[in-house]
Amino acid sequence: MSRALHEVANGSLFGVALNYQGLLQQHLASFHEAPYRQPPGKPVLFIKTPNTRNGHARPVTYPSAVERLQPGPALGVVIGKDASRVSVENALAHVAGYTIVNEFSLPEDSYYRPAVKAKCRDGFCAIGPQLVPAAQVGNPDALGIRLWVNGELRQQNNTANCVRGVARLIAEISEFMTLHAGDVLITGTPEGRVDVLPGDRVTVEIDGLGQLTNPIVAEQGLAP
Amino acid sequence: MKHARIQFDGQVHQVTVEDDQQLRLADGRLVHADQVTWLPPATGNMFALGLNYADHAAELAFTPPTEPLAFIKSPGTYTGHEQVTWRPDNVKYMHYECELVAVIGKPARNVRREDALDYLAGYTVCNDYAIRDYLENYYRPNLRVKNRDATTPVGPWIVDVADVPDPSNLTLRTWINGELKQQGSTADMIFDIPYLIEYFSSFMTLQPGDMIATGTPEGLADVVPGDEVVVEVQGVGRLVNRIVSEAEFFARKAHEATA
Repeated sequence: MSRALHEVANGSLFGVALNYQGLLQQHLASFHEAPYRQPPGKPVLFIKTPNTRNGHARPVTYPSAVERLQPGPALGVVIGKDASRVSVENALAHVAGYTIVNEFSLPEDSYYRPAVKAKCRDGFCAIGPQLVPAAQVGNPDALGIRLWVNGELRQQNNTANCVRGVARLIAEISEFMTLHAGDVLITGTPEGRVDVLPGDRVTVEIDGLGQLTNPIVAEQGLAP
Repeated sequence: MKHARIQFDGQVHQVTVEDDQQLRLADGRLVHADQVTWLPPATGNMFALGLNYADHAAELAFTPPTEPLAFIKSPGTYTGHEQVTWRPDNVKYMHYECELVAVIGKPARNVRREDALDYLAGYTVCNDYAIRDYLENYYRPNLRVKNRDATTPVGPWIVDVADVPDPSNLTLRTWINGELKQQGSTADMIFDIPYLIEYFSSFMTLQPGDMIATGTPEGLADVVPGDEVVVEVQGVGRLVNRIVSEAEFFARKAHEATA
């Protein structure tokens, strides 16, 4: 993470799951059945703990005891001033800027219980390479987002396909909890997550925000 | 010894608690508890356990889990001793949860159960309020139920590990307006603190200031504005909180912002 980004984005990391239309549609039939019973009514949120923070060009560890690891390309919204109960119209005035997040996770076969074990491992939230001021980005809800593994394009989408755009997320979340200056909102990963392996080089690119690259390395040297 | 974080004369202080009412500042001064605002004694993330007492799991009609069911709380949901928590308008059921909390004192990764207590800074108490109306079956219990502003009182202080010789045999009690509503024992926990530290640290690094809220026994009840809710863990602390309406909470907040 660049110095300026590191200084500004020093708060909590809040993720939004199931925020791409394509991903939601894939699961919609099962979301009418047990244990879900009905599709989500409000943003589906999770927390990436501070130990998950990672930066551009820094390695992401592939844990020794897991079978699959998946990158999660996402637009990161860096909050610039405290947002409590803000309207959709005023929401973007609380944004300092945008960055790229690669929200690594073990595959999720269920969304019923909190995914702590899948999502909160050390270094599983790469953020960077820089903070791009909100004014420079224009409309955050119309950005192309692409994932490359070893130079091969593996996933691409556009934030226009989000279930909720940035302003609406901030408004709905800030109804019950303040988004503090320095918090980062990870606005969702599109459908089609891919597997990566040790030795892979993973890059997320978002229009106007640059590229965030991380090498995947095998876990080693840990006594049982 | 007991260690607290307080606000006094507009500044945040780390203090030691001489008795329930006298607090010693780092510079040696003594201040009386009624001159200070109690803050949450730790500010890391909280790993909160669901269904970690067999009787409570039965009360909610769940089979006890075979692996810890944990959800995460972020610092914005904490509030201190003697503070207020808001009940949203138009909800049917908001309940308290009295819990023993283990506070991490140094980075913990791949820690064995036998060594787990070496990684603790001590113990505190939390009241893990929930708004059950807002439960959805996605990452349940979801943040709208459990991670609301000022809806997790923590404190009043951290008690040293050495001062709690047997954390697996402590009485937990909750009173609403002086009436005992919940009573249980940490002896009935399904996954105890050493197990939980081993479990979390097997896949991630627990950080100093992180907290593990170990779940609550049976005996839940609704709380409404005006209620004084006291949760107590024997030998650790007695944490007082008052419920206010949504309107009162946000009016206070607006007032504090302009004060």
